[in-house]
Amino acid sequence: MSPLLLHLLLAAALFSIGLGGALIRRNAVVVLISIELMLNAANLNFLAFWRYGPEPEALNGPMFVLFAIAVAAAEAAVGLALIIAIYRRYQTNQLEDISRLKG
Amino acid sequence: MSLPFALLAGLILGGALAAVTCRARVHAGLFLALSLVGLALVFLRLDAEFIGFVQILVYVGAVAVLIVFAILLTRGAENPWERLGNSPGFGILLAVAVFSLLAWALTSASFPKASETAAALTVRGVGDRLMREYVLPLQAIGLLLTAALIGAAVIALPAPTNPTNPPTDPESQ
Repeated sequence: MSPLLLHLLLAAALFSIGLGGALIRRNAVVVLISIELMLNAANLNFLAFWRYGPEPEALNGPMFVLFAIAVAAAEAAVGLALIIAIYRRYQTNQLEDISRLKG
Repeated sequence: MSLPFALLAGLILGGALAAVTCRARVHAGLFLALSLVGLALVFLRLDAEFIGFVQILVYVGAVAVLIVFAILLTRGAENPWERLGNSPGFGILLAVAVFSLLAWALTSASFPKASETAAALTVRGVGDRLMREYVLPLQAIGLLLTAALIGAAVIALPAPTNPTNPPTDPESQ
């Protein structure tokens, strides 16, 4: 197996684990952790295609990963602030208990 | 498959599996950090040293610590027997199906041949590109990070208590 295929398979496995976690778990923090895993699987794909692709001089893969990491950091900060605000209001962070739209 | 890659893949996938399955949420956050360190090492092996160190700084240093902080701040919600979703079997089945589909597509696809020249990802090259082709995205990401920072602080602030109109208990409505 080529190294590119190995890295892509690793990224696919990581993405599937994150997807399963986001679907199964009902704890808001663990769902956020699963989303971070899926984002990182995408980053691994970008770097693998850059490193083993036909045009490594273009540096497009690493630049995209840098921006993806910045967006993921912003997403994590806002998501965790939401979790803390919801916990303060409802004293829970089980997603099923947070079913009211009107506070 | 080389031995270092196999070890790192085991570390990443084991950490990720433990993070999504373990019931203690603090452990889940720490397993996530373990998985992200393994991923940073894979980035280093892919000759993307700068991205690997950014991964350690941003993910392990900031995001994982932020997650552990959030877990500790919502401590009272700890439920040792957290209910899983309505149909956990369906979620597992869907994840396995997605992986099988991706693996089938990847193994049957043909990729363009890798370039002979090794690419060099230097910090100078990254900075050069950030200041030339990617200067607009760079400004946009700066704006996004500022907005996210202010937004996160505003959302997490305690609600102002109004003495004439006390907040009603959500359960009593």
